[in-house]
Amino acid sequence: MNADLQTLSLAVVGATFVLYIAIAIWARAGSTSEFYVAGKGVHPIANGMATAADWMSAASFISMAGLIAFLGYSGGAYLMGWTGGYVLMALLLAPYLRKFGRYTVPEFIGDRYYSKAARVVAVLCLLAMSITYVIGQMRGVGIAFSNILQVDLAVGLVSGMVVVFAYAVFGGMKGITYTQIAQYVIMIFAYTVPAVFISLQLTGHVLPQVGLGGSIDDGRFLLEALDRTLRELGFAAYTEVGAGMTQLNMFLLTISLMIGTAGLPHVIVRFFTVPRIRDARQSAGWALVFICVLYTTAPALGAMSMWNLLKTVQPGEVGTLDGNLAYADKPEWMERWEQTGLLAFEDRNEDGRLQYYNDADPEFAAMAEREYGWAGNELVRLDRDIVVLATPEIAGLPDWVIALVAAGGIAAALSTAAGLLLAISSAISHDLLKGTFTPRITQKQELLAARISMAGAIVLAGYLGWNPPGFAAEVVALAFGLAAATLFPALMMGIFFPRINRAGAIAGMLAGLTATVLYFVTYKGWFFFPQTALLPDTAEYWLFGINPTGFGVIGASLNFAVAALVSRFTAPPPAAIRELVESVRVPRAD
Amino acid sequence: MDRSQHRAAYWRTNLRVIAGCLAIWAFVSLGLGILLVEPLNAIRIGGYGLGFWFAQQGSLYTFIVLIFFYAWRMNRLDREHGVDEQ
Repeated sequence: MNADLQTLSLAVVGATFVLYIAIAIWARAGSTSEFYVAGKGVHPIANGMATAADWMSAASFISMAGLIAFLGYSGGAYLMGWTGGYVLMALLLAPYLRKFGRYTVPEFIGDRYYSKAARVVAVLCLLAMSITYVIGQMRGVGIAFSNILQVDLAVGLVSGMVVVFAYAVFGGMKGITYTQIAQYVIMIFAYTVPAVFISLQLTGHVLPQVGLGGSIDDGRFLLEALDRTLRELGFAAYTEVGAGMTQLNMFLLTISLMIGTAGLPHVIVRFFTVPRIRDARQSAGWALVFICVLYTTAPALGAMSMWNLLKTVQPGEVGTLDGNLAYADKPEWMERWEQTGLLAFEDRNEDGRLQYYNDADPEFAAMAEREYGWAGNELVRLDRDIVVLATPEIAGLPDWVIALVAAGGIAAALSTAAGLLLAISSAISHDLLKGTFTPRITQKQELLAARISMAGAIVLAGYLGWNPPGFAAEVVALAFGLAAATLFPALMMGIFFPRINRAGAIAGMLAGLTATVLYFVTYKGWFFFPQTALLPDTAEYWLFGINPTGFGVIGASLNFAVAALVSRFTAPPPAAIRELVESVRVPRAD
Repeated sequence: MDRSQHRAAYWRTNLRVIAGCLAIWAFVSLGLGILLVEPLNAIRIGGYGLGFWFAQQGSLYTFIVLIFFYAWRMNRLDREHGVDEQ
């Protein structure tokens, strides 16, 4: 990387950090209400924007377009799953939980099921999900610093932690909300600017969402051209149905992600911050508008970057002598990304040219060797994250756009990390300390406890970002499965089925939790050590062919069924609970 | 109508609206985007097959419309039943 670009990038990232700290000083939290729910005074559109930043993590920003680029059509499971959950949240949870009017998600479960045990179970589920999720964010900060800015990982992590500390510990939800709004703007600008440029270059359409269905300069449709070239290289076509995953698994994964999204406590709690019930309903819509700006751009960015990559490696006809890129003509961005280790080449047939094709398909590999003289795929490492991180360089965009992508990735990671850290610290100070173990502490002491647990959580997250467990990606899939199998059913039944009692809710949550964990462990191993897995993690061994990542919906169904059955044979909830349910169902009691 | 009847009527209408919205929610994403994708892909809009478009674009737009529709419908229902916030 040239020195000018690095200085520029650091200046842009530094400027965003100064902005976040300025907001932190302005938005200091004075009370527990301000710390936990921003004093319930956030405008619904502002809350929608903050929710979008909270929700869109480093993975959404850095990895999602790449994931879709390599999955093609099946990548739609992630797009529909991660947005469809907002419909469930807006219709089934948000307005009622806002009416309930307290600070945390476990608090509702504890009150509704008149049980401290239920509240503690909910806290444990929340902590497991949020901590695993936060690891991915700190990794995202690390990737942005070490790969884009080429600054040491430790420096990147520590500066990220200091900034989060400043606004999350002092500002609580109030500080977090207003920095998230700034972070949303930075993130979305950084994401859409390269996408618009690349769409204009390839298809002539300003909107990438239109460009994805548009045609490229030789008159063919982009998606058709992509399908054809991928097939010629032995891969599945981009739009092919059932290629990335079976239709059954796509179906189950989509529903599981939807239910899991609706059950994520750090997102639900955002709807506690608006002034009125009607604002909670509307705010979910605004959140989805702001999320969809990125989520409808991502598939276009994925497909276009894939096309650019294929055209770089394979500029001519497949199988012709000079159809492939000569190593000597490698563009500069390839060399730069080779240094980060996200991209690696090896001239296996020693023809001085780069071949990228599907050598995992034995029939195609044999044909390619016989007909084209290819000795194996030479793009030996191609990290999916390249799709977003290297897009500005592949498209030849100006340096400031590259600097912006770094700032955007960091904004995405920090905004999500802050939301998760708040969920963790309020679960400890409000649900465990104030709510369960030391109910006599004053508001001031509770606020101090919240700040101390937040600081502790930041240090833990930083440590895990520095020493990430190798299974981080799989744990995030488990976190969604757990949210779907435990919290979502408990919350929904609490509002819609007054007959569900304490025993039913606890039995349901435990059933969902156990089934989901066991199914994961069977294929992924205890604590994710693959050697302890009971069965190989491949389709022929999966129960009815169900991928563990799509199991959340099964766990949720089990939770509903067990809760209904147990409640039927045990005493109904006391009258006070029926009144509580009645009162959350209407915006204003008359 | 007394208070509890009023509330029951309010809640029944709410459940009907939710059921309608969720039916569309599931039909568009799981139905048009996944189960019916292949027949729908025969219909083209520009370079998009219609099924592919629903899986990667159309469902998302539908979700937004559903949430705003629900918010609008429920705010009206609140007023009709006199339970809106003042």
